[in-house]
Amino acid sequence: MSDYQHEVEELERRSATAARLFDIRGIIGGLFVVYGAIVTIAGITASDADLRKAQGININLWTGVGMLVLGAAFLVWLRLNPTSPPARQAEDGE
Amino acid sequence: MPARPPLPYLADGLRLPTNGLDYAILVIYFAVVLGIGFAAKRSVKTSLDFFLSGRSLPAWVTGLAFVAANLGATEILGMAANGAQYGVYTVHWYWIGAIPAMVFLGLVMMPFYYGSKVRSVPEFLLHRFDPKAHLLSSVLFALSAVLIAGVNLYAMAIVVQALLGWPTWVAILVAGLFVLVYITVGGLSSAIYNEVLQFFVILAALIPLVVVGLKRVGGWHGLTTTLDHTRGHDFMTAWGGTGIGHANPLGANWLTIVLGLGFVLSFGYWTTNFAEVQRALSAKNLSAAKRTPLIAAFPKVLIVFGVLIPGLIAAAIVPKIGTPGSSLTYNDAIPLLMQDLLPNGVLGIAVTGLLAAFMAGMAANVSSFNTVFTNDIWSRYVKRGQSDAYYLRFGRIITVLGVLASIGTAFLASSFSNIMAYLQTLFSFFNVPLFVVFIIGMFWKRTTAQAGFWGLLAGTVAAMVNYFYIYKQHVIAIPSDQGANFVSAIVGFVAGAVVMVAVSVVTRPKPVEELAGLVYGTRSPGMEEPPAAGDEAWYRRPALLGTAALVIAAALYVPFSF
Repeated sequence: MSDYQHEVEELERRSATAARLFDIRGIIGGLFVVYGAIVTIAGITASDADLRKAQGININLWTGVGMLVLGAAFLVWLRLNPTSPPARQAEDGE
Repeated sequence: MPARPPLPYLADGLRLPTNGLDYAILVIYFAVVLGIGFAAKRSVKTSLDFFLSGRSLPAWVTGLAFVAANLGATEILGMAANGAQYGVYTVHWYWIGAIPAMVFLGLVMMPFYYGSKVRSVPEFLLHRFDPKAHLLSSVLFALSAVLIAGVNLYAMAIVVQALLGWPTWVAILVAGLFVLVYITVGGLSSAIYNEVLQFFVILAALIPLVVVGLKRVGGWHGLTTTLDHTRGHDFMTAWGGTGIGHANPLGANWLTIVLGLGFVLSFGYWTTNFAEVQRALSAKNLSAAKRTPLIAAFPKVLIVFGVLIPGLIAAAIVPKIGTPGSSLTYNDAIPLLMQDLLPNGVLGIAVTGLLAAFMAGMAANVSSFNTVFTNDIWSRYVKRGQSDAYYLRFGRIITVLGVLASIGTAFLASSFSNIMAYLQTLFSFFNVPLFVVFIIGMFWKRTTAQAGFWGLLAGTVAAMVNYFYIYKQHVIAIPSDQGANFVSAIVGFVAGAVVMVAVSVVTRPKPVEELAGLVYGTRSPGMEEPPAAGDEAWYRRPALLGTAALVIAAALYVPFSF
């Protein structure tokens, strides 16, 4: 193995990302739940002008519900499968 | 995307009726973007964490970041413009112009990139060829990344000025500083996480636009009937009128589409552009790295509908769009529909999606620039052998300088936009010979260190001569810029290949032991890494994912081919 490959392996061993980086699923879930709630409320309180503009579809309501579902799905996934499997198992063997 | 669309100049008077609700949605997004940057900070301990997320991210994250890094706002507005101008031909940029190359990257090239443990695309050239080829490609990549980031920033500023009424300089500074902060603090992890988030926000912006827009024009059937009538039947097909010798608006025939766009341009862009490949190199193991572009291929196949359909709808609603008789340009397609069809609330999501796409597109360039500048230029040719902490600190400093240079480029672009468009074309010719050098270097042990450099140079020069002399000076008539782009790419590819073979024949190859893991048929220790638990599941098998993506792309052509 050449020098640069040793260097990368050494850096991989000292890397903190796998251990300390937070899980993005929580952020996606949280943001979409908040956005979903805002847009759903805008849909529930939609004016006639809003509805006319969107060709008679209550697009805020549908989009809001869709975003709520996506956000919830990410939070449920995070809950059911909290951590990814250990990033590098090969480390122990070396 | 290969063959970038021009800057998105928008019509005056396309001001969106945003209100406090829309701005609240936008402000929340900006806060989350910064939050991700600061929360990622504690995971950055080594330079590898900063530049490649410690090679530890899961495949679905890197895969979505891979597709989002390409889904910049110039891409979204530009491809909708393509849809309004050329119709269903736009699908070629996705189905033949992206999917085969992404599958090839994942299945064939990734073992060499990831398995050899290189930290960048240029670094592969260093080990396979020599410092000459490495330095040439590193410097060109660094320059073009700053330039493209700057042009992206400027494009954003014109869109924001038209839609929201902010002065261009405010938009440039605000977006530039946000990108600066979240990448300098959180490194690549922060860039990638923001790309994943942006991917979903873009979907939440495009889907409602397509739904309401289709209702407006009487559904898909109404849209087809209208456009068949106003634009002719070929407008709604992928291949109609592309026979050799036929004239069509795209100015390209099926052969130049397949070879120029589908093979040379697309493979050049997707397999050697480090802003894309970097996402795969940050994956946690070889299996995840191979799956990165394959997972990205599935959304990529479908995203075309989110940009093409708004373009078609705009062409149906405003039949004169883009012609001298209309105040609207093709680039106005998506903003026009946002203005006419989206009520406040969803409108805020759509504006946020566009701004997010601009920032992510810029961030992808900045995060690949700092990696190449630090690892490939500074630590190799300027200051060797410093501690890792030194390079990490240097990486942060160069990120700040890179963003400041992009901001400067954006201000320059606002006074010299033609020069910028010209430079972009210039750099676009660099990917093509790079792909030749990679492909020959990976599959032919005999090709020599000298051949890499000369092939790179010859291919670049040949593509430029074809475009700037033979096409621009009318030595040979090619009907359109796009058509000329495709032909130049083919010329660059052939010239690079011929020169590489010729130089290889007369020079001495590198000893085989130096090529372990870099050339097809050899292995390096990194490639023997055992698969992680769960990677053997059938739905994670790279060959299956790649085949499925190709089959879906081919099948989607069927309803649009007649």
